Amino acid sequence: MPHIDLPEEYPGIRSLFVYQPETAAPLCHLAQVLLHDPHPTLTAGERELIASYVSNLNTCKFCTATHSAIAKHQLGSDLSLVKHVLADPETAPISDKLRALLKIAAKVQTGGKNVLSEDIETARSEGATDIEIHDTVLIAAAFCMYNRYVDGLATWQPDNEAFYDKMGEQRAREGYKPSSINFTLTEELKKS
Amino acid sequence: MAHIELNNDLPGIRGLMAYRPETEAPLNFLAEILLRDDNNTLSRGERELIGAYVSYLNDCFFCQNVHGAMAGHYLGCNVDEIDRIKQDFQTAELDDKMKALLSIAASVQKGGKNVTSEQIENARENGATDVEIHDTVLIAAAFCMFNRYVDGLATWAPADRQFYINRAPQRAVEGYQSSVYK
Repeated sequence: MPHIDLPEEYPGIRSLFVYQPETAAPLCHLAQVLLHDPHPTLTAGERELIASYVSNLNTCKFCTATHSAIAKHQLGSDLSLVKHVLADPETAPISDKLRALLKIAAKVQTGGKNVLSEDIETARSEGATDIEIHDTVLIAAAFCMYNRYVDGLATWQPDNEAFYDKMGEQRAREGYKPSSINFTLTEELKKS
Repeated sequence: MAHIELNNDLPGIRGLMAYRPETEAPLNFLAEILLRDDNNTLSRGERELIGAYVSYLNDCFFCQNVHGAMAGHYLGCNVDEIDRIKQDFQTAELDDKMKALLSIAASVQKGGKNVTSEQIENARENGATDVEIHDTVLIAAAFCMFNRYVDGLATWAPADRQFYINRAPQRAVEGYQSSVYK
């Protein structure tokens, strides 16, 4: 049961967005810029993989399932690839640049000071640009916020893979602009 | 030296915000609503204190000094008193509601699942509302982002703590949405 009186028909961060629209606006805006808006070089799928990977390190079920599903739909509907990245980025079939960026993200998850010059050098030697390194650090840091927000208030996080998959497909298509975050899916979830 | 070339000499998060205006906008919007918006039953000083305390727990020099100075400015405390609260808030001169909220913030800093029902009950018994608990959790979570952003890219920070104290009154007047270029 959530720690505070959240609208009970909405899961995860959605219940917090409905509860407090004032903070939902900048939180959705940040996700939109970091994950969905056009980026000079990183694809939306690559950025969603970073979000999903960090959420898994933080053991946040709702965010991991949501962003894994979005990543899947951004990356040719290949959920096994997403699961492989979460379990072991070292052996996953991704670029060496993304592997180096995921390593930086993992360091950020344990604390900002853990990112070392060597980690940055490795990423650069694999072709990462400054803006890719910047966005990787901020995506990882932002998910250290979203995950704590979702778990710190003990939101409802359903076990329903079909729900996350459907939400992921919609979010991959529409992004995070508050106007596009309608709640028909959660209404369906309630009925199911 | 920062891990990336920021093309400016602004300290801490301000250098990052000038580097990437697209993410600056929602980050400052979030800080403004959480810490400075007056439609809130927690005072600006109480909310800044939560930010300073979490930044202290995350060992982020820039953020704990900026927000410690802001808390001191609003609460009428000097830097030594703010330091004492950060080091041991339980024995500080704070009301029991604020102590209960700082305890929740400390749990969030470790990880969201560390917040217990007992901590929430204790905050409620000391008069905390649901919105105050919500805002405490989100402020603590947000500083787990801001601190990682500032330290994860190895930004520079002025070592002289008076720098932060001197800037606090101006920031209190101008707010966070003008924080990049001034």
